[in-house]
Amino acid sequence: MNVWQFMLQNHAEVVELTLEHVWLVGVSILLAVAVGIPLGILITRWPALSKPVLGSANVIQTIPSLALFGFLLPAPWIGARADRLAILALTLYALLPLIRNTYAGIKAVDPAVIEAGRGMGLTNGQLLLQVELPLALGVIIAGVRVATVLLIGLTTIAAAIGAGGLGEYIFRGLAMVNNAVILAGAIPAAALALLADIGLGCLQRRLTPHAA
Amino acid sequence: MDSSPDKRAAIEFHHVSYRPNGGTDLVRDLSIEIRRGETLVLLGRSGSGKTTTLKLINRLLTPSYGEIRVDGRPISEWDVIRLRRMIGYVIQEVGLFPHFTIERNIALVPKIENWPAERIRKRVAELMNLVGLDPQIASRYPHQLSGGQRQRVGVARALAADPPILLMDEPFGALDALTRAELQREFLNLQMRLRKTVVFVTHDLHEALLLGTRIALMEAGELITLQTRDEFLASREPLVLAYKDAFDTNLNNTRERA
Repeated sequence: MNVWQFMLQNHAEVVELTLEHVWLVGVSILLAVAVGIPLGILITRWPALSKPVLGSANVIQTIPSLALFGFLLPAPWIGARADRLAILALTLYALLPLIRNTYAGIKAVDPAVIEAGRGMGLTNGQLLLQVELPLALGVIIAGVRVATVLLIGLTTIAAAIGAGGLGEYIFRGLAMVNNAVILAGAIPAAALALLADIGLGCLQRRLTPHAA
Repeated sequence: MDSSPDKRAAIEFHHVSYRPNGGTDLVRDLSIEIRRGETLVLLGRSGSGKTTTLKLINRLLTPSYGEIRVDGRPISEWDVIRLRRMIGYVIQEVGLFPHFTIERNIALVPKIENWPAERIRKRVAELMNLVGLDPQIASRYPHQLSGGQRQRVGVARALAADPPILLMDEPFGALDALTRAELQREFLNLQMRLRKTVVFVTHDLHEALLLGTRIALMEAGELITLQTRDEFLASREPLVLAYKDAFDTNLNNTRERA
């Protein structure tokens, strides 16, 4: 039985696992955006924090994903359910590109533009919302794009701790030494990653402001 | 030009020094009175402290010693946002918002001051006319404009909320000679009509003589002389002589303006 026959036969399960996958990635990205962008903004305001914050996010990225799932297992509430655990770990992984791109995007805004805005009496909030964030938006979306593609791949490993998603097929196929089953997980995951990349790429181009 | 501006001081420096953390004085013991309606030119070479002096006025920098007053009131007592909104600011790099149309750039301060839309629209049209911009470019973006047009927009933006004071930091320094001469002429016409209190930074002696009602010569953070154009041209002060020597080619032309 080849992979297409397998997917056709099990289409309900394929859809279910794909939705589970999307849900895990989606929730994690939303959480990472909610934490990462404010952190990125924060370290442009307190430059002394930029090294420790970026450093920590960097270190998290270097931890092998299986090991990170293991580390988080004993955590109260989080460790009680596999999906919570997976979402926390995935969120942590997505932080680095988000913090880094927010920081870099804001730092890249032409200092003359900031000085003119400040000199004309824009408050810090107005400067952030009307100038810095809009001008950094393209770079920030690029960070979301990198993080999303990264998480779609990483989420397959969440199946190892029973969090579900397309990784279920990959691990099942590995155990059964059945390529068709492995591919039934890998192909939809790859397709999701491509879709996310193309979609967010379009968004990024649309939201990147005109060159100065 | 009528050179009898209102003699009350618009801006006063009282023994002002500015020293960044652990550094040397960029401005040292500076005392100046800038009169209402005059164009005071701060002339000096790079690093002489003229830009620093300008930024002390709108509190982009805070003096280490001394006091600055605007309208007789120490600027440290002003709400910094209110202070800046009554002081127009034009810089060499212009600093237009690249993601705003020309119209929105000019309307920046009126907008954050919550003017009604109709009044803003009228004001923008009026300003574009005032600085010689084709109304058709209102919906364009800064990168679609020439350097000269961009700086006109910069001037219009600074004038938008009709601030009594205008700070200009080498506004025409990055323009080609022809465009610069054009904008200098227009600035003179504009200033004849508007009578703002202008503090104008330049390293160009011709520009200083052309535009300034008084010229403050700075060197190494200190004020060397503060003179009218005629006094400056007659001065025997060694640094003034050095300047005149360096720019000697065409002084007579500038002397004959007005």
